[in-house]
Amino acid sequence: MRRVRVIPTLLMRKGGLVKTVKFDRGVYVGDPINTVKIFNDKEVDELVVLDIDATNEGREPQIERIREIAGECFMPLGYGGGVTTVDQMSRIMYAGAEKVIVNSALATHPAVVSEGARRFGSQAIVASIDVRKRFLGGYRSYTHGGTRRMPEDPVTAARRAVELGAGEILLNSIDRDGTYEGYDLDVIRSVASAVPVPVIAVGGARNVGDFLQAVQTGKASAVAAGSIFVFHGVHRAVLVNFPSPSLLKDQLFQPLTAGASA
Amino acid sequence: MTASPITIVDCQLGNIMSVQNMLRRLGFESTVTSSPERIAAASKLILPGVGAFGYAMNQLRKLGLEAPLQKRVAEDGVPVLGICLGMQILCRGSEEDDVKGLGWLPADVVAFDSERIEGHQRIPHMGWGEIEVPRPTRLFPATSEDTRFYFTHAYHLSNDDEQDVVAWTTHGYAFPAAIERGNIVGVQFHPEKSHRHGMEVLRNFAEKY
Repeated sequence: MRRVRVIPTLLMRKGGLVKTVKFDRGVYVGDPINTVKIFNDKEVDELVVLDIDATNEGREPQIERIREIAGECFMPLGYGGGVTTVDQMSRIMYAGAEKVIVNSALATHPAVVSEGARRFGSQAIVASIDVRKRFLGGYRSYTHGGTRRMPEDPVTAARRAVELGAGEILLNSIDRDGTYEGYDLDVIRSVASAVPVPVIAVGGARNVGDFLQAVQTGKASAVAAGSIFVFHGVHRAVLVNFPSPSLLKDQLFQPLTAGASA
Repeated sequence: MTASPITIVDCQLGNIMSVQNMLRRLGFESTVTSSPERIAAASKLILPGVGAFGYAMNQLRKLGLEAPLQKRVAEDGVPVLGICLGMQILCRGSEEDDVKGLGWLPADVVAFDSERIEGHQRIPHMGWGEIEVPRPTRLFPATSEDTRFYFTHAYHLSNDDEQDVVAWTTHGYAFPAAIERGNIVGVQFHPEKSHRHGMEVLRNFAEKY
């Protein structure tokens, strides 16, 4: 059976977890450690934790926080936010994360990305690329929490990230973030077709059907989501949740396996 | 049977605390160390590993750990569990870097053959995989239908002797997921990051070796 990773993405701001809509300030959804514990109990495939203020506030990664989170994570953990040196990468991994996620560093510290990949292996370095659709067609890539434009479009930025040594691309649609409109399949597909490494789709997921679309149509290797794993119901009450193994099997893994052999 | 304390070899790279963290959760005592003396006195060893082959071997040499490891594992026969890169460095060498491995296992480490990988499969191999166990062993006495492990790697083992392979997995094609040869044990996946499935493997290593 073909399995794809389904990854909750948690955003840290001011010591708590928030969930944003189109990269806005976000609403508070809970305490990081508590939430991570719940996801661990639910045996999720992997977790992504992003400190979304670190770069813009000029802060270093919070190593103690990562250690606490990793202590509750018996699954893979990727951490991003404020990474600008190889030494920070080393401390993040030593604290218990296996992946370091870089976004702004792709623009500001590309040499750190390549040195990190050389030292820790490309599987440990994830390039996060935030994208926005342009009114007149095409896409733009952003860093610094969506506030700074990169000169490259997402495909070019992803290719360069892979050349630098990134072993995975976390492709985040700013327009779809928190909107429940489904993934932006076009940009996922164009980036996934342009790079040999896994692409994780993020931004807009409303259900398991969207995961299937991202993989089947978008050619993503893994899917990530925020809102649907922390909110419940039309009023978006905070409730940490994750699809059951049988739901994922029936609605995601089996259709993918059948599709692959068809 | 009382489990002997486990010494986790720290080559000062990558994620090492997770292994100790899981052992602690399981109730097994372990120490993380880069001290040649402590490794020379270890009764059971774990070589964890995230990183690049050459860098890891150079770190082992720089820290003076190769000789005590050789003595303790190759001569004294103390059980060792290599995890991911920690298993790869038990081999003769790797296509990743032109640096010799520890050479305890008649095997080489090779890159994934992209020709044999389907379009939707990517390199590095990253994700959860099921395993196939040719025969029950101490490490895998039984697997159930939902048994799965987390893999993240761009290179895999190629063993001279397939009898050494105690579990296989597939990414495009079958390759060794776990090996066992005498006191040398290794897993390509990360048990410390594979929930209860990985706990079972670490528990077996702690209790049965």
